[in-house]
Amino acid sequence: MDFLLAPWPWYVAGPTIGLTVPLLLLMGNKKLGISSTLRQICAACVPARIPLFQYDWKKDSWNLFFVGGVLVGGFIGGAVLANPKPVALSASTMAYIAQFNIAHETGLMPASLFAWQELATVKGWLLMVLGGFLVGFGTRYARGCTSGHGITGLSALQWPSLLATCSFFLGGILFSRYILPFILAL
Amino acid sequence: MKNSKYALVGMVFGLALTKGEAISWYRIQEMFRFESFHMFGIFMTAIPTGALTLWLLRKTNAKTFEGEALVVPQKKYHHGIIIGSLIFGFGWALTGACPGPLYAQIGAGFSVVIVSLLAALAGTWTFGRFQRFLPD
Repeated sequence: MDFLLAPWPWYVAGPTIGLTVPLLLLMGNKKLGISSTLRQICAACVPARIPLFQYDWKKDSWNLFFVGGVLVGGFIGGAVLANPKPVALSASTMAYIAQFNIAHETGLMPASLFAWQELATVKGWLLMVLGGFLVGFGTRYARGCTSGHGITGLSALQWPSLLATCSFFLGGILFSRYILPFILAL
Repeated sequence: MKNSKYALVGMVFGLALTKGEAISWYRIQEMFRFESFHMFGIFMTAIPTGALTLWLLRKTNAKTFEGEALVVPQKKYHHGIIIGSLIFGFGWALTGACPGPLYAQIGAGFSVVIVSLLAALAGTWTFGRFQRFLPD
């Protein structure tokens, strides 16, 4: 049963993710794009007469079922079939995180950073609250995220999506290099 | 239920994200530091798989399972593509999650990510609230 617990190599995970694009199109002209669900939840719960949230969100409710499935997939892959070993990081990444005393143990996330009690610290607040806020703000401003632009848009050879993908990678690279080390050192 | 089939596809998608470790904060740090091929391998196989299958579907004039003509997604340029994506990149480096992995991380048992998801909803809402003051 060990092979069920082992992580998938990139050449298995990547094509599986890619096949979602044609499958959703065939199932009913649906476009893979997950940041749209954030807009939908806003439209359903707190529309507050904001133009961005005035639309028939129920028409796109398939998307909410989709992310419900993603959550279940995360449970199966990350809890039921959890890898008993730590993520097989490169030696240089391990050395990088070790300098901030972040334990590299079993699990997909460092439990010492992503825990409820960490919300009481500036570091935890920046990582989880500010980070989440920027993800939600930026993806809606760009009208798409890694799935909508990076996977769907690029699969459909849309050049604006290439620009989006380059930009969010650039943002991540610059932030990781020049700002994140100061936050992790807090 | 008509929509439950999408939950099934979402489950496989979420399983691939999780088992492929694309929802791992560690892997995202490693990716942005160019210290492993793993995440790039995922992108470099996912995109051609999508592109090749879309090309084949178009080439063969494929219809949806219900017989409708296929509508291939189109994305228009606006300045938010660059500004918004840069901001999103900062958030991705902090949380180790783009929107899909936020849901998968919660499923994987990191209950505190519910707070990040709520913060992402607040971010989306705030963008909507101030959209008219921002360059498009």
